[in-house]
Amino acid sequence: MADPLLVVDHLRVRGGGREILRGIDLSIDVGEVHAIMGPNGSGKSTLARVLAGHPDYEVIAGEVRYKGRDLLAMDPETRAREGIFMAFQYPVEIPGVNNAYFLKAGLNAVRKHRGQEEVDAMEFMALVRERMTWLDVDESLMNRAVNEGFSGGEKKRNEIFQMAVLEPTVAILDETDSGLDIDALKVVARGVNAMRSPDRAMLLVTHYQRLLNYIVPDVVHVLTDGRIVRSGGKELAFELEDKGYGWIEAEPAGTPRS
Amino acid sequence: MPVVLDSYVAEAERFGSSRRPADPEWLTRVRGDGLAWFQTLGFPTTHDEDWRFTSIAPIADGHFALANGSVPSLVREDLAPFEWHGEVAATLVFINGRFVAGASDVGRLPDGVRVESLAHALTASDREVVRARLTHVATADRHAFTALNTAFLSDGASIHIPDSTIVAAPIHLLFASVAGDRPVMTHPRVLIVTGANSQAAVVESYVASGPASYFTNTVTELSTGENATVHHYKIQRESLDSLHIGALYVRAARDARVFCHSISLGGALARHDTNVVLDGEGGACTLNGLYLADGARLVDNHTTIDHAKPHCGSREVYKGIIGDHARAVFNGRIIVRPDAQQTDAKQTNKALLLSEDAQINTKPQLEIFANDVKCTHGAAVGQMDEEAVFYLRARGLSEPQARHLLIRAFAGEVLNRMPLEPLRARIDDEVARRLPGGRS
Repeated sequence: MADPLLVVDHLRVRGGGREILRGIDLSIDVGEVHAIMGPNGSGKSTLARVLAGHPDYEVIAGEVRYKGRDLLAMDPETRAREGIFMAFQYPVEIPGVNNAYFLKAGLNAVRKHRGQEEVDAMEFMALVRERMTWLDVDESLMNRAVNEGFSGGEKKRNEIFQMAVLEPTVAILDETDSGLDIDALKVVARGVNAMRSPDRAMLLVTHYQRLLNYIVPDVVHVLTDGRIVRSGGKELAFELEDKGYGWIEAEPAGTPRS
Repeated sequence: MPVVLDSYVAEAERFGSSRRPADPEWLTRVRGDGLAWFQTLGFPTTHDEDWRFTSIAPIADGHFALANGSVPSLVREDLAPFEWHGEVAATLVFINGRFVAGASDVGRLPDGVRVESLAHALTASDREVVRARLTHVATADRHAFTALNTAFLSDGASIHIPDSTIVAAPIHLLFASVAGDRPVMTHPRVLIVTGANSQAAVVESYVASGPASYFTNTVTELSTGENATVHHYKIQRESLDSLHIGALYVRAARDARVFCHSISLGGALARHDTNVVLDGEGGACTLNGLYLADGARLVDNHTTIDHAKPHCGSREVYKGIIGDHARAVFNGRIIVRPDAQQTDAKQTNKALLLSEDAQINTKPQLEIFANDVKCTHGAAVGQMDEEAVFYLRARGLSEPQARHLLIRAFAGEVLNRMPLEPLRARIDDEVARRLPGGRS
């Protein structure tokens, strides 16, 4: 059987002078949706950012294989072009850079890498208009500077909208649900669900079980203190909701790998 | 007399005596006053507050010959890269400071508008306005380089827009420097006088055909009529080995709106002084500046906005991109005179440092003598937002592409305030081409 799409193997990562991820093992296959839940400071956002190639972290051990290749050896833009997408927890405001220009540049970089023809302005706008309807994104948003002056909800929606345009193979959503009211959450979830596909894997990083009412995962992992301490089906999320993270932290980790 | 002035004084005296027979007496007197002030003021040193961070030693110690009358033969193709893209009302071309009629074109001006070489206007018998206004806004008694320019006063441009006249397309003044057998200096002078309720845009471009070491010392004086609108663009794209000193003096009359756009891309040493006096109630000025310094170059911008009358507004945004070992200086002085109540002044100055060794000295200088005014200033010096670089890369843009995009966005804030679209596009291209790509 072929290697799963994304395999994280014994990953240990330092950042800000301490070890944040202390041996992560994770295997996600194409078509699957995994959720990683954990309390603040458990390392779940670090995992998302390391997978996207953020330069602030130092991998001290372990490896990540994506389509059988060494993901950690790739720079961030190569990962993006190869189909890794991270929706940022805190999307960056970039004054002066037009949203449409930026997204078209990204899309064409991805297409070029895949040996596809670059899209022209007409084709781009046609694609954008179609994907906008998935996320109730107003067209005026395309002519604004990237995330500048966007509300929290608009920023998160813009992230998922970018994902819908770039059509990644692995989508990592870093706390996309945080800070959203229920209406905004439903819109975002609808966009994400529209993107679910047998050709795509998703990793939802979240603090709140609420998201999983709208995007139902295949596998739930619980991350505390830099380790995945429990994995299970979607019921695990409900159990966690009932009992709180204290329930997991109080118990010794199930069966640590040797 | 300080020794360093010798060569300049000798050159000015030689020039003055050779010109005397042909020129009117008043002009000889103006030059003489300029020379006298230059000798009194002397070249500034880094002990002068206004020149603290800018040593003009390469100029003081340099041996620049006044470009002589013979204009190097340039074919049209040499000027092609600098031609205006888009509609233009008039073009005056100067090569090494001398007007070149054959390359110029004033055929599309509204009636009554005069756009001509200063050399012609100085000696023509019916140019009373030139005689009356020259050196009135740009007086020779404060700034050594303005005095020096006055001592060599002979050519440049004279623009006169009568009352209630609208010149819709820009007037382009192209000053090109061409290397000769020895380093030359030029002292172009531009006089712009606009009438009441008039409107015009004047673009001064300073360019070089190929690498060359020379010294440009330019002075522009602009006086507006009441309720006039003037856009002045200074586009400095000199050779990277050249020395450029430029001063723009503006007097804005009542209810006039003046826009001073300054782009500085070239020069080993580039110093720009912009002095605006809001000299009538209800006047307004906007200063937009963008400068790019890389290599070991130095760009110095000194601006002064003098709120001399009540109810005037000023908006100033200067932005600099500084890389390698380059240095930049920004000094933004705002004076609010005792009776200039209801002044509304806002100054912003930002610099983007692309390397550890890049440097800027920036200083706001507010001198407020009235009590009912609104006056704000802000300065920000920073490096590139690395989180933004990562964000762009995470969407597939390469690192150089991401850095370029961010730098162009930074510059865009100033460029987008310039209404002339062909100019914006060209400067944007040039900035992009010149970018060092940032740190990697």
